[in-house]
Amino acid sequence: MSDGPEAAATSGSDPAEGAPAAVAITERWPELAVAGFLMLLAVIDIVDSVRVGTGWADDGPKAGYFPFYIGLILLGASGWIFVRTLMRWRQLAGSFVSREELGGVWAVLWPSAVYAALMTVLGLYVASMLLIGYFMRRHGRYGWAVSVVVSIGVPVVFYLVFERWFLVPLPKGPLEAAIGL
Amino acid sequence: MDEISNLLGGFAVALTLPNIGFMLIGITLGVLIGVLPGLGGANGVAILLPLTFSMNPTSAIIMLSCIYWGALFGGAITSILFNIPGEPWSVATTFDGYPMAQQGRAAQALAAAFTSSFVGALFAVLLITFTAPLLARFALKFGPAEFFAVQLLTFCSFIGMSKEPVPKVLCSMMIGFALAAVGMDTVTGQLRMTFGFPALLKGFDFLIAVIGLFGIGEILLTMEEGLAFKGKSAKINFRVVWQTWVELVRYWKTFLRSVAVGCWMGITPGGATPASFMSYGMAQRMSKNPATFGKGNIEGVIAPETAAHAAGTSALLPMLTLGIPGSPTAAVLLGGLLIWGLQPGPMLFVEHKEFVWGLIASMYLGNIVGLLVVLTTVPFWAAMLRIPFSVIAPVIVVICAIGAYTVHSAMFDVVMMMVFGVAGYLFKKLRYPLAPLVLALVLGDMAEASFRQSMLMSQGSFSIFWANPLVTGITVLALGLLFWPLINSGFRRMSRPRPA
Repeated sequence: MSDGPEAAATSGSDPAEGAPAAVAITERWPELAVAGFLMLLAVIDIVDSVRVGTGWADDGPKAGYFPFYIGLILLGASGWIFVRTLMRWRQLAGSFVSREELGGVWAVLWPSAVYAALMTVLGLYVASMLLIGYFMRRHGRYGWAVSVVVSIGVPVVFYLVFERWFLVPLPKGPLEAAIGL
Repeated sequence: MDEISNLLGGFAVALTLPNIGFMLIGITLGVLIGVLPGLGGANGVAILLPLTFSMNPTSAIIMLSCIYWGALFGGAITSILFNIPGEPWSVATTFDGYPMAQQGRAAQALAAAFTSSFVGALFAVLLITFTAPLLARFALKFGPAEFFAVQLLTFCSFIGMSKEPVPKVLCSMMIGFALAAVGMDTVTGQLRMTFGFPALLKGFDFLIAVIGLFGIGEILLTMEEGLAFKGKSAKINFRVVWQTWVELVRYWKTFLRSVAVGCWMGITPGGATPASFMSYGMAQRMSKNPATFGKGNIEGVIAPETAAHAAGTSALLPMLTLGIPGSPTAAVLLGGLLIWGLQPGPMLFVEHKEFVWGLIASMYLGNIVGLLVVLTTVPFWAAMLRIPFSVIAPVIVVICAIGAYTVHSAMFDVVMMMVFGVAGYLFKKLRYPLAPLVLALVLGDMAEASFRQSMLMSQGSFSIFWANPLVTGITVLALGLLFWPLINSGFRRMSRPRPA
């Protein structure tokens, strides 16, 4: 289902137009989850500040002095949002994201996550070729020739600009080692 | 006039052939990131920052600030031709810019937008030229307590002026401070919140946060909206530009108002986006026929563009003189200065005079170059936008990854960028503002240091924040801004007659 917007745009018509979008997630859950996560962060911050000491040493305030209060304010503010969300639970039934929207987000999120993981193994250049090639084939419906040229061309341009022109090294993998770059 | 001779010296620094070359490159790259969705002023500058590591600081900051001017110009192109704001601050430009394009007046709208941006920036640079040295001289008297009070002022004004719910502003800000605290404490050398992970030792770099929150987060949002680029084309020739300029003279009052709004919002950390909306609203309210707004009134293009550019430029004033950035992009530029070993603040004007005035001179030149570049290259950028999103989206992800990696040459940062990206998407959708987070992350260490130094001086007593008239004044102003919504509603309640 996650054809992305491009497929609809290139075919010249928008199938979702007019039809009410199916609601995948209502507002209340993400609101509650984010507030809850922030409360967790605040607790981590407070606990660690207490560990290093929030008081006063011979040479002035201890390391946890400042972050401790930051944690308290964060806990208060996120706790407030958490409670307010629960109190307005029934009213918060509006759409956070519809099924189509979520599909679009997912279509770019998972390849990007895989891309970041691949980068550690294959280096930036090969991973980038795969990412661009995948997108062009899957969402752009380009032919193999165009996809291959663009997905190899873009990393090559980056190589020239970053490594040759501005002397900034980028992560490389086994392929670059094999051709001796 | 000391400033004039300093400025002339600055022009001599900026007007070398390589520096003009860097200006052109910077403007072009800036317009490019302004035009592309997902790449904006703040993360664009953050991504391109590593490119400048091998340059000398003056050329580097000239190029970086030109990227910023370019991004400010570029946002207008997409707003007017495609009804897609390339930047948050050009949302208000779409209201009247796109209708003008639909009526076949795209060229006028673009010429007006570019000229307004230029005028806004010019006034802001004039303001910087003449007030920055004064402010810097004044700030030389500041001690830790005064510095902390100014930082308090910055953060309080975020809370008081924000359109987002106060608890969410607070959350966003406190996350920034908490993330800034991760790593080694600079005073005691103790490790904070690292939990044995070596990757956390050096803490979170705000550049990674900026690239993730604004870059990846923005791409995710864009994918949700499903972009179909159906733009108007435009050709600008000199005759249209000239006619538009003649017409623009009539709106001098709108210009002045918008410049005032923009400069004010830029110096206090309101930023370019609220400035553009505020200025648009003001122009509409003060107009003789407000009904024409939203239907292609040229004033509706002038007001937000002037204010956005004035705000974007004047945000550099507190950054240079006090070391406190007025916007996320100014924060990134500040990060750049720190990397080159230049500590922004009052001493910068004493110790690195040549650098400061070179930068200020380059603001004049960069905006002139920018105006010429965008006026001549609009068709090219419009063509750029016709590249399908299935090519642009992965390329932007790659650019963000390169930017995140090159900051410290660490793969961990690329992973963090993705995490910040998801956070940015969620935060934007749930109306948590991102700017306070970034600014708190940048200023966290500095704010903490000045707070602890103040506490040390006073032996733990808060009375140091009202120990002398100067620090008392700043503290009171900060608290006033913090409670501004309450004060404002209190006034209204008092002035309104009680219902009988």
